[in-house]
Amino acid sequence: MHIPDGFIGPGASAIAGVGAAGGFAVAVRQAKTYLTDRLVPLAALSAAFVFAAQMVNFPVLPGMSGHLIGGVLAAVLIGPSAGYLVMAIVLGVQALVFADGGLSALGLNIINLGGIAAVGGYWLYRLMLRFSNGSSRSVVIVAGLAAAVSVPLAAAGFAVEFALAGTTTSVSLTSVLWALVGTHMLIGIGEGIITAAVIGAVVRSRPDLVYGAPTFTGERTEDLVV
Amino acid sequence: MADGHVHALYLHGHSVLHRIAPQIKIVGAFLIVIGIVVTPREAFWAFGLYLLAMVVLAAIARIPPSFAARRMLIEVPFLLVALLLPILGGGQTVEVFGLSLSQAGLWDAWNILAKATLGLSVAVILGATTQVPEILVGLDGLKMPSIVTAIAGFMVRYVDVILSDWSRMRIAMASRAHDARWITQIGPIARTLGAIFVRTYERGERVYLAMRSRGYSGSMPASAIPATPVAQWILGGAVIASVWAIAAMAVLTT
Repeated sequence: MHIPDGFIGPGASAIAGVGAAGGFAVAVRQAKTYLTDRLVPLAALSAAFVFAAQMVNFPVLPGMSGHLIGGVLAAVLIGPSAGYLVMAIVLGVQALVFADGGLSALGLNIINLGGIAAVGGYWLYRLMLRFSNGSSRSVVIVAGLAAAVSVPLAAAGFAVEFALAGTTTSVSLTSVLWALVGTHMLIGIGEGIITAAVIGAVVRSRPDLVYGAPTFTGERTEDLVV
Repeated sequence: MADGHVHALYLHGHSVLHRIAPQIKIVGAFLIVIGIVVTPREAFWAFGLYLLAMVVLAAIARIPPSFAARRMLIEVPFLLVALLLPILGGGQTVEVFGLSLSQAGLWDAWNILAKATLGLSVAVILGATTQVPEILVGLDGLKMPSIVTAIAGFMVRYVDVILSDWSRMRIAMASRAHDARWITQIGPIARTLGAIFVRTYERGERVYLAMRSRGYSGSMPASAIPATPVAQWILGGAVIASVWAIAAMAVLTT
């Protein structure tokens, strides 16, 4: 579930759209430098996984459930620029085909989930990884922590956008929105656990594939093919 | 198997809207929604005309009202927020059915209700008349970088595989008495998703190697993008232009 049309004013939506498109162009250029043709299927699978996982609800409290954003998961697996691309593609297809998220709010949604959750979460991950011993165990834990923080961060992004450019003038929704950030902290715990589990499963079986891990090689299947 | 390639929002049909080139529909959907969003909320007549246009488009595409209504349910949580505004809002109040409601709150709620619903109906009509592969052809036609269409293409082919994998695993978990209610019970779900990811990646890698051995070199052979008839651009342009004319009138008169 993403921001629909009419929630944020047209001016701010347009600025966000231009910003998201600029980020998209930069991400395409950067991703091309390291996404070899054999990493494209991995990026695509991360996209498919994020797409599918956003449909899987997990329990938070009785009667309340959340779903994965997958931003940090994608960024740690395939790098921040490809992670941003993946989130933008997922959101674009959701808006165009599944009517999830407004078309005029696409830029805002990409900034929140691609910019804040995926890229922001990834830099948080790198920062925290610097204070660890770089073992695969710490990769998993740090990725989980960064993912957990990325969810309330993205929700806070929405809250700030709404406070700055929301279309409502009647009531200060600030308190409501900060409550939203609070509930997303709980959802973030689920996001963290699932991200850690998926990264853990990949690191255990294919440590060469995890972009954010020190074991990343990015070349192995290429050697195997030639 | 054929069902797996038709997404739930698509409605099989042969209307003009089904036949029109996907890149026109994608551009058109964006431009129409932008027109709707910039319309001042005081211009009721404009929103009435938009609604009429949506009903006409849906009728041309032969989308049954019940189908459209089911697809619109996705906005319900946001509408509930909108409905709270007149109750929580401050300032001048008006009596509606014996309830004292905030005037500004009513305006805010109307603004969100009208724009979100109309924007959603544009997307529903687009989804109902366009299959996912057509969207990808359309993005190609709009000169999206090949890396983006490659990722999007693989993605839409694997989503159904992952989802059916997940539903099989969920049945297996349920039959072993897994019924998670608290977040502390998330462990099995997390481990299952991890296993599905690795399994899907390895499947994708096998498919990729098979493609490589059959001559795949990083990009699909250029699929023939049929040239878009000028008449279709004119038709699409006319719809967009009329929406923007309404929006411009509404901006100028309020």
